[in-house]
Amino acid sequence: MPDRPARVRVVLAEVGRPRAAADRARADLAEQNQVGEALLRGLMRAQFALAVRLAVVVGVGLGGLPLLFAIAPSVSTVTVLGVNLPWLLLGVVPFPFLVLVGWAYVHLAERNDQDFADLVERR
Amino acid sequence: MINAAHNPFVIPTVVLMTVATVAIGFYGLRLARTTSDFLVASRMVSPAWNAAAIGGEYLSAASFLGIAGLILKNGVDVLWYPVGFAAGYLALLLFVAAPLRRSGAFTLPDFCEMRLGSRRLRTLATVFVVFIGWLYLVPQLQGAGLTLATVTGAPYALGALLVCVVVTANVALGGMRAITFVQAFQYWLKLTALAVPAIFLVLVWNADGRPSPVDGLTFPQATVVTIEHPATLTMTDGSVLTVKAGDELTFPAGAAVPAVAGMADGLDWLLPGRGGSLFGTYSLILATFLGTMGLPHVLVRFYTNRDGAAARRTTLVVLAMVGAFYLLPTIYGALGRIYTPQLLLTGDTDAAVLLLPSAAIGTGLGGQLLAALVAAGAFAAFLSTSSGLLTSVAGVLATDVFGRGGSVHTFRLAAVAGGVIPLLLALNVASLDVSQVVGLAFAVAASSFCPLLVLGIWWRGLTAAGAVAGIVTGGGAAVAAVLVTVLGPPLSGWPAEAVAQPAAWTVPLAFTTMVLVSLATRRHLPGTVGATMLRLHAPESLHL
Repeated sequence: MPDRPARVRVVLAEVGRPRAAADRARADLAEQNQVGEALLRGLMRAQFALAVRLAVVVGVGLGGLPLLFAIAPSVSTVTVLGVNLPWLLLGVVPFPFLVLVGWAYVHLAERNDQDFADLVERR
Repeated sequence: MINAAHNPFVIPTVVLMTVATVAIGFYGLRLARTTSDFLVASRMVSPAWNAAAIGGEYLSAASFLGIAGLILKNGVDVLWYPVGFAAGYLALLLFVAAPLRRSGAFTLPDFCEMRLGSRRLRTLATVFVVFIGWLYLVPQLQGAGLTLATVTGAPYALGALLVCVVVTANVALGGMRAITFVQAFQYWLKLTALAVPAIFLVLVWNADGRPSPVDGLTFPQATVVTIEHPATLTMTDGSVLTVKAGDELTFPAGAAVPAVAGMADGLDWLLPGRGGSLFGTYSLILATFLGTMGLPHVLVRFYTNRDGAAARRTTLVVLAMVGAFYLLPTIYGALGRIYTPQLLLTGDTDAAVLLLPSAAIGTGLGGQLLAALVAAGAFAAFLSTSSGLLTSVAGVLATDVFGRGGSVHTFRLAAVAGGVIPLLLALNVASLDVSQVVGLAFAVAASSFCPLLVLGIWWRGLTAAGAVAGIVTGGGAAVAAVLVTVLGPPLSGWPAEAVAQPAAWTVPLAFTTMVLVSLATRRHLPGTVGATMLRLHAPESLHL
């Protein structure tokens, strides 16, 4: 009888259906096939729409000011705490406003990223 | 004349600040000898440190001296400069920050090559990086000359030469490169140097019975004004006086400040929209909102973030830090009218920040220390911004112009070349307002790199030919406008306005050309566009 090597049990770690599905989604993305394309386009559209929406908020909020001052000059003569309103609207208010919009963006963009990651992992 | 020439603290403080900067740079160099050391080290840096470093590099002479000077002279309308300088970071955050970090690009030419794979586009991007870098460096050096002349009475050329030599040597020896600590330290120094004196200035103003900066300006002390630019003055008794450069006028304490023809006064200063047109205002808004993302020294720092999400958070912190800083120049601009009204006559309004502490608080110990602090902050502004700009300019010169070797020797050669040319320009081109020249640099960046980045990141249809065409027409038009403004004959009417604030027409021109030419050359889409988009937009947590 020829010598046989001792029998060895081979166990593949982490075998399971969900994992296989996630790998397929990753492969779809990496291969750039139609499914992967559609996934990525969805993410890009979500992120771009978010950025444009917030840019419009800033564009209207700040960009509207010169027009407002031109159309309604009486706004410029209103004083708050002894300071003319335009000085406050341009010298103080924009900075916290910009930070607030930026904070909202970071928060929402991270949620978009997370939604995309969940979609890929769970598919 | 109020100046700090007899202030014994200014020179030691400025020297100490410069030496500290160079020393931290060299110490850091010993710790991090190779590029990979630097990258690994900087990825351990938290967003807060990284953000302070970006802010330190960004707050230039224009922010530190220029804005206050412009506010002093022109009033409420120029508040759009600080608003735009800060809002530029929001545009960067919304459209560029995370994908740019994921692209792995270190410079704008790198991004061009990574996204579109075109050597021609890379060369064109290099030309624009160098042009914007130099355009931005010139006012930094001129600001240094002005500062040293104002606080010590040294010749104008000396300050420019000094900053240029320190920065070039530092960059050439690699000292400032990538030293996050130095830049972060300089952000906090600049903030302190404006904030602490501002508190005292407001207290003094309050104690003086809150004089108005709008009307009825008087000289707080007996003042001798040396006129530097020809002007027509209207005295309070109605008489008109024409003065030329070199004339000396003496005003006793309490004398009314004469009105200068062509300069905003009273209500023009206080109320918006009276000094300029809506076109000019919107053009400035467009240039500053969209220009920040295209500045060469801003982009480099994004690579030091850990991943795309960290790049977003860093940008948000930068926005907050820069915004906090920009609350301060307005105070200097308004109080400058009350305590340093002679600047309205001399036209040297960029010196307001430097002269205010001793003018308002007095030339006692307190006033002298605050004046020295402000001077040190100003030098921190020149050193950090110039170093960042020169590093970027030398980087692209070394890789794309002096050959592709990228050796240390080539980089040093490039640093010297990149530093000498703006120095020659600074010494020979007539001095414009610091903020105005920087505003033009923003306009060029907004008309060239902004469309390239935004379309490159969000639109698959962009082709190399489209990008080249857009940069050449939009960016080229903005460059032409800059050259006419700086070198050309004075214009009047609407051409003057379209040339002085070109962004309102050059930015749409660049975007439109880029899109149309890309559509026309659709057959030449890079085949790798899908893979590139995946890399730019997929979150790193997926480990694709």
